[in-house]
Amino acid sequence: MNIMIKVENLTKKFNDFIAVDNISFSVNKGEIFAFLGPNGAGKTTTIRMLTTLLKPTSGQVLINNSDPVKEENSVRRSFGIVFQDPSLDDELTAQENMEFHGVLYDVPKDIRRKRIEELLKFVELWDRKNDLVKNFSGGMKRRLEVARGLVHHPKILFLDEPTLGLDPQTRSHIWNYIKNLNKEERMTVFFTTHYMEEADKVAQKIAIIDHGKIIVKGTPEELKQQTKTTSLEEAFLAFTGKTIREEEIKPIERMRIRRRIFRH
Amino acid sequence: MQIIYILWLRQIKRYFRSRARIIGSLGQPLLLLLALGFGFGPIYEKAGGGNYIQFLAPGIISMGILFTAVFSGIEIIWDKQFGFLKETLVAPVSRLKIMIGRTLGGGTVAVIQGIIIFIISLIVGFRPMNFYLLLLSFVFMALIALFFTALGTAIASVLEDMQGFQLIMNFLLMPLFFLSGALFPLQGLPKAITAVASINPLSYGVDGLRGTLVNGAHFGLLTDFFVLSVITIVMLIIGSFLFSKIEI
Repeated sequence: MNIMIKVENLTKKFNDFIAVDNISFSVNKGEIFAFLGPNGAGKTTTIRMLTTLLKPTSGQVLINNSDPVKEENSVRRSFGIVFQDPSLDDELTAQENMEFHGVLYDVPKDIRRKRIEELLKFVELWDRKNDLVKNFSGGMKRRLEVARGLVHHPKILFLDEPTLGLDPQTRSHIWNYIKNLNKEERMTVFFTTHYMEEADKVAQKIAIIDHGKIIVKGTPEELKQQTKTTSLEEAFLAFTGKTIREEEIKPIERMRIRRRIFRH
Repeated sequence: MQIIYILWLRQIKRYFRSRARIIGSLGQPLLLLLALGFGFGPIYEKAGGGNYIQFLAPGIISMGILFTAVFSGIEIIWDKQFGFLKETLVAPVSRLKIMIGRTLGGGTVAVIQGIIIFIISLIVGFRPMNFYLLLLSFVFMALIALFFTALGTAIASVLEDMQGFQLIMNFLLMPLFFLSGALFPLQGLPKAITAVASINPLSYGVDGLRGTLVNGAHFGLLTDFFVLSVITIVMLIIGSFLFSKIEI
């Protein structure tokens, strides 16, 4: 079995603050892997390091056998990502956003056109393809982002809270599609979520991270057995405790809030 | 090439789709052109300077380009966290290409803005002197635009949020504009102001534009061109370097 994501002793420090503390795990090809943890646990920081956006302080990462620090482009070619925050261009149409992505990933024109049509139809945005993204609802934007992440048929799909704020219909629709791709193309999926029943349903393997450290790894069943609980939510709480986490507000968050006030 | 093109295209599309922003950003130059142009016109003429609108218009065109260019560079701060930048930074594309595409896009937009102000100034009564030199003035517009877009990119690459925006506005853009000879001739000024003006990149842009549109360059067209070209290349290198260091 070949390993798609391999992380060894990965650490990230921001000044004195240790965001990710010496974590190790691996994800096999074709696996759906859930990376769970309370707010501020280090999930997004880890994803940023795996996806070449952030350089680790120490430790080793291999994505599809390439090092994100040294072989950025070969890593970048192998994955697609849906970020936690929207990263669409509001001033472009749905189709233009998709097209842009396809060009950046060097997908040949005829294949690009075909896939874009297929994907937009799947997420039911084909009728709205010429509408500016700023007129889309939150759910529509999310669907478009998932579709966009798949234009170049990545080997690995990173999803950082992909279903945040979506209704159950949309959630199940998106997951069905992803599970299907996972089965048919053996696409590896790495995702974070706060919906435990979602992780329970789709993930084959789970790692729980808290305060930058991985507390436990295993299948959903193993985690439940270990804690003698019946649901993953209870197991999660048993592992991470019930304290509510305070996340320090970063300048960028403040800006996000201000932007919300300014725009629409 | 295709990647640079699509990044460029995106900037252009965004520009033409935000009509409110285009009109909004024309307000200030138009006001300055009318208020200063007609307000100081009589005094300027009495002092023997000739037609003030003729003198002022190239300065106001430069100003329009300056502001549009710096802002389109600074837009990266927004893009850093929510927009397209994140999407482009995880794509298998070199940072240099991203920077070049964006800068060309921002620069093009700034030149278009300059041309619109040029057309407005024609309506107000501005008359370029020489058709061939007029063509050359586009070269200067492009240089001003590229230099300041790259400067905006450099600034945006190191700033984390918009907190420093007022600072940039009041301590960088305004002084650049007011101390560039856009509003007054550089001859016979106090030494300190002359010195500041001669190290101000915009001075050479204004001068080049004035030289090509109405003659009477202070530094000389060749000097203007040479200085602007060199600092534009240097700024593009600095901008690309800082841009490549962005971590989000």
